[in-house]
Amino acid sequence: MTGSITGPTTLRPSRILGLGGYRPSRVITNDEIIQNIDSSDEWIRTRSGIERRRWATDEETVVAMSVSAAGKALADAGIRPEQVDCVIVSTVTHLYQTPAAAVEIAHKLGTGHAAAFDISAACAGFCYGLSLASDMVRGGTARHVVVIGVERLSDLTDPYDRSTAFLFADGAGAVVVGPADSEDEQGIGPVVWGSEGEHQTLITQREEWRDAMFGPDGPRMPHLIMEGNPVFRWASYEMAKVARQALDAAGVSVEELDVFAPHQANMRITDAMANALMLPDRVAIARDIAQQGNTSAASIPLALERMLETGDATSGDLALVIGFGAGLVYAAQVIRMP
Amino acid sequence: MASTEEIRSGLAEIVNEITGVPADDVQMEKSFTDDLDIDSLSMIEVVVAAEEKFGVKIPEDEVQNLATVSDAVSYIEKAGS
Repeated sequence: MTGSITGPTTLRPSRILGLGGYRPSRVITNDEIIQNIDSSDEWIRTRSGIERRRWATDEETVVAMSVSAAGKALADAGIRPEQVDCVIVSTVTHLYQTPAAAVEIAHKLGTGHAAAFDISAACAGFCYGLSLASDMVRGGTARHVVVIGVERLSDLTDPYDRSTAFLFADGAGAVVVGPADSEDEQGIGPVVWGSEGEHQTLITQREEWRDAMFGPDGPRMPHLIMEGNPVFRWASYEMAKVARQALDAAGVSVEELDVFAPHQANMRITDAMANALMLPDRVAIARDIAQQGNTSAASIPLALERMLETGDATSGDLALVIGFGAGLVYAAQVIRMP
Repeated sequence: MASTEEIRSGLAEIVNEITGVPADDVQMEKSFTDDLDIDSLSMIEVVVAAEEKFGVKIPEDEVQNLATVSDAVSYIEKAGS
């Protein structure tokens, strides 16, 4: 051995510095959805809590929505693009295998040559990305990291599938993660995360791209399919346990919590989780799904943005966030609102 | 082990708590879907609460066979014995 490698030896405090969202321009009502499926506005509202959702136009691409949301998050944080060291994008609907959406987004944001990559963790993707970003800042790998959750799920939604056609939607949400002033002001709690690959068929695509293009029924889009009832049971009860573990890991009690912002999968899941967690009435609960539908990786930052706008949450509040979805995968942490 | 009537009334309490259907309406011959207007998601909530209350396991595949209150009561009786 001839030399030694040096690197940081201490952890630095991290927090969310800013947040921004992008909601696509096309509002799609339940009445439009039921033109293709045997359902009703009332059925959709009672089964999911969804009153309307937004779908992107051709111009509202994964990259365009992300640049808009991340630009807002940077402005909110007071951070210039060239101060960004890394861009992490969570999406399952950037329909190029390569290059990553993050690279074009980083370029269009004006970050110079920031590191940039995509992750695939479905509806848990925002919380996965947040965990990576926080650890980068804590470990000294990066000073400022942009985390984006973005989806155009309408591209992969089968309009004739009555169990999913009303559910999925489009949008982008972003945060800037950076240094906190002191360890006492650490703003992102330890992540509790995992995967359950034995349940991978519960939410998946109907086929892989090659079969979708060249199979006997092709060419067609490899639409998302989901077994709603087992997913509901898993999300409502197993995820409540994970949420509780995230509170414990952060040393925060439900009495100290101000905000509960689960992935906006279904209002009924949110209600069942909130019941299982026995949240006090004073905890504000994210209900963005009513207006936005299920936007997968984008749903948590979009929900947080709306809560800050309406006053349901304020800067400095402690929020429990949990993402869960196809995989099955999940991740939860406690954060301080920017 | 609880008697048949105890299981029925315990189940009725759960149904009332989750769906607001009056407990007295939850009689043996009633269909969860047609008579009590309980949808598939509420049914899952009822099943999970019943598992906890009666200390039994009701697998996903079984839930769709529990059409009436009587079906659920007999399943819980059998699973618990």
